Amino acid sequence: MLFKYEVEGGNFSKAGFASGEIKKILKQINIDAKIIRRVVVALYEGEVNVVAHAVRGTVVADIDDKQIYIRIEDEGPGIKDIALAMKEGYSTASEKVREMGFGAGMGLANIKKNADWLNLSSKVGEGTVLEMKTFF
Amino acid sequence: MVTVLYLFIMKLKKVVELLNAKVITGGNRLEDEVSFGFASDLLSDVLTVDSENLLLITGMANLQAIRTADMAEISCVVFVRDKKMTPEMAELASENGLVTIESAFSMFLAIAALHDGGLKPVY
Repeated sequence: MLFKYEVEGGNFSKAGFASGEIKKILKQINIDAKIIRRVVVALYEGEVNVVAHAVRGTVVADIDDKQIYIRIEDEGPGIKDIALAMKEGYSTASEKVREMGFGAGMGLANIKKNADWLNLSSKVGEGTVLEMKTFF
Repeated sequence: MVTVLYLFIMKLKKVVELLNAKVITGGNRLEDEVSFGFASDLLSDVLTVDSENLLLITGMANLQAIRTADMAEISCVVFVRDKKMTPEMAELASENGLVTIESAFSMFLAIAALHDGGLKPVY
């Protein structure tokens, strides 16, 4: 099953929409609650990253009986130093993002913690692609 | 040797009573129980907590606090410092079956009252 959602950069009121929908779908197909939690926390962090840093993005989720594969692709500034961005506490988030309760430099590290497989690639000035898999 | 672990539980109606609070959504679920409390205005921190039967205490009254609670499987959120929920927050909370509560207490006082009542910290 393939699902696709648009994510609007800067629009915090919609951040988490895709995560909410994926959560409903995983519940419907009776995935274990702990696994659902890991998937949607990682996806939500990814959505917040797009809203916080990019102009726009898309979330694609591919679900089969063994796993969920998620690809979050955005058009935005990209990440200069991925190793540094993965480090807990490192953040380039704006004051506005911090006022919303995010931007503490925890997101990517938390995504890594909650995903079974992660791939992050980025081109400065173009955008970022985050792929993750969680096995059921 | 047999080790018996007793899990502390607090009904949400007790939370409301201890915090002199107003229930905004999920008023029909006040018999539900929580065991642990976590307090933060930083939603990033909330998303790192992996605990069941968790109550969130926050002064971050925005839609993202509701989303965060939903993703983290937190069934009850207390908004302290007299922060008021917006209609959009209440709508999203209702849709997702969250119990939401407003209290005029400071975060410190709310935590103290709940801890004195027996609610446990996550760590």
